Amino acid sequence: MMKLALALIALVALAFVPAFAGPYPLGLGIGILGYGVLATAWAMFSGPTRYISLATVAFFGLGAYTVAVLADVLPYPLVLVVAALVGLIVALIVGLATLRLAGIYFVIFTFGLTELVRQLVTYYEVNVTRTLGRYVFLPLEPEHIYWQLLALLAATLAIAFWVRRSRIGLALRVIGDDPVVASHLGVRITRTKLTLFSISCVIMTLAGAIQAPRWTYIEPSIVFNPTTSFLVVIMALLGGPNRLFGPLLGAVPLFLLFEWLSANFPNHYSIILGLLFIAIVFVLPNGVLAAGDSLWSRLTRKAVQS
Amino acid sequence: MGVASARSVLVAHPHPNPPHKGEGVLLCLSNHRSAHMLFSAILTGLVLGGTYALVAMGLTLQYGVARIMNLAYGDIIIAASFGAFVLFTALGINPLLGMLIVIPAGFALSWLIYAVMLQPLARRSRDRGRLEGDSILATFGLLFVIQGVALVIFGSGFMSYSFLAVPVDIMGTTIAANRLLAFVLAVVFGLGLWLMLTRTRFGTVIRAVAANPASAPLVGINVDSVARFAFAIGGALAAAGGVVVSMYLTFSATMGVIFTMKALIVVIMGGVGNLMGALAAGLILGLVETLVASFIDPGLTLAATYLIFLAVLVVRPQGLFGKAAR
Repeated sequence: MMKLALALIALVALAFVPAFAGPYPLGLGIGILGYGVLATAWAMFSGPTRYISLATVAFFGLGAYTVAVLADVLPYPLVLVVAALVGLIVALIVGLATLRLAGIYFVIFTFGLTELVRQLVTYYEVNVTRTLGRYVFLPLEPEHIYWQLLALLAATLAIAFWVRRSRIGLALRVIGDDPVVASHLGVRITRTKLTLFSISCVIMTLAGAIQAPRWTYIEPSIVFNPTTSFLVVIMALLGGPNRLFGPLLGAVPLFLLFEWLSANFPNHYSIILGLLFIAIVFVLPNGVLAAGDSLWSRLTRKAVQS
Repeated sequence: MGVASARSVLVAHPHPNPPHKGEGVLLCLSNHRSAHMLFSAILTGLVLGGTYALVAMGLTLQYGVARIMNLAYGDIIIAASFGAFVLFTALGINPLLGMLIVIPAGFALSWLIYAVMLQPLARRSRDRGRLEGDSILATFGLLFVIQGVALVIFGSGFMSYSFLAVPVDIMGTTIAANRLLAFVLAVVFGLGLWLMLTRTRFGTVIRAVAANPASAPLVGINVDSVARFAFAIGGALAAAGGVVVSMYLTFSATMGVIFTMKALIVVIMGGVGNLMGALAAGLILGLVETLVASFIDPGLTLAATYLIFLAVLVVRPQGLFGKAAR
């Protein structure tokens, strides 16, 4: 109860940030919230199951593109609904094809999915609509985007919290530990994985849809940038994919670092991030929070012994 | 035919989709009868498929023996393409001779990557699933490092050079000599690898580790060093594939992902660890891609690849010729 109150207070406090933040800090806030949503949604599925999804930006980009295509045709809330549906359909196709198999097939499928979606969208735009690149004109100010993302983040965390508490979350963890045991316990493995994967993908799609107006100009190479998928995985890993607030905690420093790197080392940041990624896999296989916990328990145990 | 007459060109396409590799020969034939076009497409597809099979063999060694799912594999290929490009355009070294430099370099680089980065992960992880996850993540990071280095040095434009771009007549259809050479090289390397694996003692050791890494030590095999060596041979094959690719395709720093993807699909289609399966699957993929590119639309080749992948996953996830994975 105490924690819930704290979370609500934090949420309300964050909602007032646009009132006194300048345009640049607000932009940073939007970026952090956006990546916070993506990393939390990623960890919701990939954390417990260890099915590493490398296609975050495929869904993110689909959301952004849906808004770009439909913003002039439909009212905005309806556009978001359509975007969520697009994300859901793609997630179901990917999930039904791969989630009944070993995790490696899923990884491989998602690895190339971004490139596939990017090429298909490009093909469609070049051959059917004959334009590559679109403009998004929506009467949305940065603070509106900020508030929407904040709401999405709150919803994502609430869902993640609920998943961890519910039967489906437990089932997911059992699947991650040992699929054979899970099936003997009567867990419907594929359906459980598919459900969680779909929820996670719809959230990612919405994150892209909400942020689309920020670009003004959208083209496939911009919204389907593989660096985004990469950043999301490294953020979740840094914070710890099996903690509720882990991915969010990883998103804050890494997003700021990424901003700083891409401003100061525009040509070298992917090398630096790649090395950082490898280092995290080596040093913090379970994330900062878990490492902190184990360090803490070691320290306290020593204190008891001495 | 010699190096002196060959002209080096650096092409930068503004279009996001590079003209597909299948097109070059086909375009000049588009006025001929469709039977001719089909035959020509099949030839081009076989050449492309040969290259896919070659690179997939390296990947299947790395995954089947060293148990490393190497997502940076395609970037090694592209790095080798850039190596051949630099040797040819800056130093005037014929790509065939360049292979003598690039392939050992690919071997050494992969050996180093395994020894420094992957072996500690392999030792740390108790079960295969853990190693698989860790190696995917580590090589995913490596992908961005190699790609970043290539972007810094060469930029993001599409590269190609002209080597042996003379038409050769095969049964009434012309095909560029470099493509023919690419196919011959793929066959030679594939055959060499197959002979090594089936006819030598060391090849038997590699196959033993692939078949059962837990029992291999019981007969005195050092699994660690065999895995490292197999991973390095995989890297050497990737480098060979990279040189072959650079001879007849345009390539760019960010294309590694696509090659990794296609190699992975070929490996799964053929069955993990199955060389002949990889060969057949590579040829099928090359044929399908070229047919789609020439008769439907070059922008849909990757979609065709994925459609095949999807079909394999739904119908035979263990591969066309393979046993069930795990």
